[in-house]
Amino acid sequence: MANADCIVIQGSNMAECHPVGFQWVAEAKARGARVIHVDPRFTRTTAIADKHVPIRAGSDVVLLGALINYVLSNELWFDEYVRAYTNASYLISEDFQDTEDLNGLFSGYDPEKGGYDLSSWGYQTRPHEGASGQSPEHGEEVSDHAEGESHGSGGPPAAAEPLRDESLQDPNTVFQILKRHYRRYTPEMVREACGISEEDFDYLARSITENSGRERTTCFAYAVGWTQHTLGAQFIRTAAILQLLLGNMGRPGGGIMALRGHASIQGSTDIPTLFNLLPGYLPMPKVELQSSQEYINSIASKQQKGFWANADTYAVSLLKAWWGDAAQPENDWAYDYLPRLTGPHGTYQTLTAMLRDEVEGYFILGQNPAVGSANGRMQRMGMSHLKWLVVRDFSLIESATWWKDGPEIESGELRTEEIDTEVFFFPAATHVEKSGSFTQTQRLLQWRHQAVTPPGEAESELKFFYEFGQKIRERLADSDDPRDRPLLDLTWDYPLHDDGDPDAESVLAEINGRFLTGPDAGKPLSSYAQMKGDGSTAGGCWIYTGVYADKVNQAARRVPGKDQDEIAAEWGWAWPANRRILYNRASADPQGKPWSERKKLVWWDEEAGRWTGKDIPDFLVDRAPGTVAPEEAGGAAALDGDDPFIMQADGKGWLFAPKGMVDGPLPTHYEPQESPVRNPLYAQQPNATRELFPRWDNLSAPSEGEPGAEVYPFMFTTYRLTEQHTAGGMSRWLPYLAELQPEMFCEVSPELAAERGLEHNGWATLVSPRAAIEAKVMITERMRPLQSGGRTVHQIGLPYHWGVGGEAVVSGDAANDLMGITLDPNVHIQESKVGLCDIQPGRRPRGTELVELVKKYQQRAGLDLETGNVRVTDPQAEVEENR
Amino acid sequence: MSAEPKDGNPTSDAHYDHPHSRRGFFTDTSICIGCKACEVACKEWNRNPADGDYSILGSSYDNTGALGADTWRHVAFIEQDSQRIEQARESGRKLVSLGMPQVGAPASGSSVASGTGSAGGGCGSGGCGSASSSDSGPTPEFRWLMSSDVCKHCTNAGCLDVCPTGALFRTEYGTVVVQDDICNGCGTCVAGCPFGVIERREDGLVDTPASREMPDTVRKPQDGVAQKCTLCYDRLKDDETPACAKTCPTTSIKYGQREDLLATAQQRVAQLHEQGMTEARLYGANPNDGVGGTGSIFLLLDEPEVYGLPPDPRVPTADLAHTFKRAGVAMAGMALATAAAFVAGGRR
Repeated sequence: MANADCIVIQGSNMAECHPVGFQWVAEAKARGARVIHVDPRFTRTTAIADKHVPIRAGSDVVLLGALINYVLSNELWFDEYVRAYTNASYLISEDFQDTEDLNGLFSGYDPEKGGYDLSSWGYQTRPHEGASGQSPEHGEEVSDHAEGESHGSGGPPAAAEPLRDESLQDPNTVFQILKRHYRRYTPEMVREACGISEEDFDYLARSITENSGRERTTCFAYAVGWTQHTLGAQFIRTAAILQLLLGNMGRPGGGIMALRGHASIQGSTDIPTLFNLLPGYLPMPKVELQSSQEYINSIASKQQKGFWANADTYAVSLLKAWWGDAAQPENDWAYDYLPRLTGPHGTYQTLTAMLRDEVEGYFILGQNPAVGSANGRMQRMGMSHLKWLVVRDFSLIESATWWKDGPEIESGELRTEEIDTEVFFFPAATHVEKSGSFTQTQRLLQWRHQAVTPPGEAESELKFFYEFGQKIRERLADSDDPRDRPLLDLTWDYPLHDDGDPDAESVLAEINGRFLTGPDAGKPLSSYAQMKGDGSTAGGCWIYTGVYADKVNQAARRVPGKDQDEIAAEWGWAWPANRRILYNRASADPQGKPWSERKKLVWWDEEAGRWTGKDIPDFLVDRAPGTVAPEEAGGAAALDGDDPFIMQADGKGWLFAPKGMVDGPLPTHYEPQESPVRNPLYAQQPNATRELFPRWDNLSAPSEGEPGAEVYPFMFTTYRLTEQHTAGGMSRWLPYLAELQPEMFCEVSPELAAERGLEHNGWATLVSPRAAIEAKVMITERMRPLQSGGRTVHQIGLPYHWGVGGEAVVSGDAANDLMGITLDPNVHIQESKVGLCDIQPGRRPRGTELVELVKKYQQRAGLDLETGNVRVTDPQAEVEENR
Repeated sequence: MSAEPKDGNPTSDAHYDHPHSRRGFFTDTSICIGCKACEVACKEWNRNPADGDYSILGSSYDNTGALGADTWRHVAFIEQDSQRIEQARESGRKLVSLGMPQVGAPASGSSVASGTGSAGGGCGSGGCGSASSSDSGPTPEFRWLMSSDVCKHCTNAGCLDVCPTGALFRTEYGTVVVQDDICNGCGTCVAGCPFGVIERREDGLVDTPASREMPDTVRKPQDGVAQKCTLCYDRLKDDETPACAKTCPTTSIKYGQREDLLATAQQRVAQLHEQGMTEARLYGANPNDGVGGTGSIFLLLDEPEVYGLPPDPRVPTADLAHTFKRAGVAMAGMALATAAAFVAGGRR
């Protein structure tokens, strides 16, 4: 980021939530970069930005779409980059119909399923010569809801040669479709939908276009302000399209920075804690995939371009790492040992299953769902249906004590003596009390050495799970039940330290992988390209291969910045292969020369016949720029010399996503589940494929134009503060941090305060269809009402760190209690950045009166299960009307 | 007492055999993000107790309130509308156009601006004229100032001057430190500080706040002892950067030799002036102010009062000679009057 000429921070409060990473924004600014903060609130990030662009929460696709339109209609795209490195010239199926044609929906929508058949979104293709007779299909037949995330970083499989029109003139080219799709995203529309003035839009548009091209680069940074929406994944897609058009991907100071929350949240998706992923973004097998071959075919085809074609080597090496000698060709590499998905099993689906008494036990580690997850009441009620609950944390967090001092005990909805859940608490070691690695936002693994031993009974996760596994295996030792084989056959042999802690480096070595046979047997792999699908290699996470190359913990390297160049390749280790900028082949032109001296990163060395440069080239090191790969080639061998996006099935950056997104190949603006305005762009109001949870404990507020909308008239949005950490488990128990932000508060504009009679530092009660909470009032000009949809829209800011309980140094009502559960269909993330509520002065009622208050509001608004839960708001009728 | 050190280095008074260069902070508030990591790092390192009462102050994001015996770094938050910003720019412009102390080569450091209201801050060799005459650019509609305050480590330190026990001393780094095993808690220094920095610790034991058990060695009885920032004297001894500066993610808090920091500060002011931010000014950089300049220099974006800093700090002992003279005259007068009374009485 330090190399950027312009930084747009949108959907992130980077200075507050990622203050350490923010040093690079500060550095860029010191070097002269322009920093723009697009956010509903004026935050500490805004305070040192050059410009604040206030936006109505949830309208980001309109703004970004208008920037795309600005680039396209003013001919400001980076032409050479776009033609060579993106799929702009590819022809899309004749059957494809855009939202322009269907007034807000794409072709293939099935109202019954609430999802799309993706087949009409595919490329026009001609089959490879010699390929089998089956017709190459880019689109999937049906998109079910677990589909979106089942393709990790690789994108979905695709084969066959797409048809192209290099002139970009064919109406079916991606380029022309893009132009048509974003035509209605105008500055006027931005004013109308986002509440952003045309001057501010112009400033933003000029800033990013003037700071893009050969000589200059612009970067975007986002965090959960983009992801936590019913179309969050599409927010990011919109930015990706814009950055591809401007030629800002794979280049220094470019890109889209996904800022992650916890120190190793990146690590927790690489080696995932998610239900639908295996390590290295391999998808979790689905129940219908009966063999490892079917599974691997579902990930990638051997004919497709790029490194996903080697998915078999990654998957088999993983199975070998987990089950060692028990994984053999005869038992299909123990593929049957893997659990398989029968549908989405995300945290919210699990929650509803709990409420149906279908879940017996629950482990909570590093999480505090009673405070930190949407619809807190549902979370706590769900836990009360469990037989047992294990909480591993530093302190007795609210998720461990809701049964005695939670809000439902106070309101009388739960009675301690009637709760059958057995709660176990295990004290956890902190990060300084154990060794291991953090993988941060930039994919950089940094090793932590244990500084002190954990106090009392606290222990590391590694020790806990190792011993837990040992105990289970001891119990099952005599079992001949086949279902116990996966546990008994696990490789579960780590060297132990004196204190009984397994050696964390040995786990890193297992993740890195090693040769199992041949002359190098036992030696660590140095690159994932060495992985084999024949069982001769093992590796726990293919993208991490190389972190333990030469038996050296590469993540523990700490050569100071002053002793190396700016890339700092010897500080820690970044996946993959210690590359610091992904897809950096794109930092050079198609001929392999840097786009400019100022932005040079990697280039083709003609004499040596190799790619070289400051960073490790993210490309086949000897693949010359002009190479045209033979048609019959597959995988990495099929990459042409100008295919920088080596993980994509066609080697190109996708302006149009023929596969992989379940809610549309092009980002399209839909209003949030609860919105104070009608969708100004289409008759279709919300995302028609969002995941709904129509339940009486998860009612939605009516959006503008629906009956009862006036009952919950104000938007609210939730966020973090620097001083506290997420649901508070790591900060509200520490007086040094707790005293810095001791009480739950809400931020309101002076205008809203006047309208509702709120007093600064007094109390306010906020009521949503799910709950009512109280908060101290902070009246500030940092909150500003916006004009949108022909009305004044007030946004209320709510930090979500506090929870009700008796153990923390500071406690308070939880903002997430107000939130409902409605999810993005691609990644199953809840929409917790936008909701509707009312606000009134004074404290909330106590006891049963609180429950009554929430009910009274629901009745006044006439809420039922239908409210807000209609998928299609009848675009067709609208079309007829216009005729 | 408080005689001006001839070379501007307060350590020369203290007769160290091996004088170190004077150390200090330069706090550049224009790049502060208000994360308060300095407050926490300071408390962690110095094992200062938490001292809040866990209630929100209603003062923007500041729930610390002020510097004190337990809080040695304090981040102030100030929300300003465009009118106030314009006033700040105007006052800054005036400082510059008054032709107030201009700084030549940074090393001279002789006529540096301070926050006394009489100085606009240093400008590089480019000169200040451009800033005063240039267009400031559009005034933003709103801004949020953040500034991390700390002990000033004055050249003429009031607390040090008035300490009757010698608990406060001038270190070899030119900083001012309390020896808590000597301090008797008399509190004279509290009144002696023109910035209101030093205070007495009211609670008994110093204990780290975490619920985890800590060794007894960190529990030290410090009832009533005066406390303030030591500029991490113990860390300096080990050639380490003070905790606050070490932890600051944006380098808003810089630590180093005061001379170098001053040069950096002057360049930064000049840079901001060039960008039209005429409100930028230095505080504590003027050796002619009431405390002889401070070891902790600040770059402010408005008048010092806005940040809760005294515009014209003055060490109380500066007037000591004068006061003594007056007291002498008064005493003489009293003696005369008494004598006169006796004389007059004797005549009766």
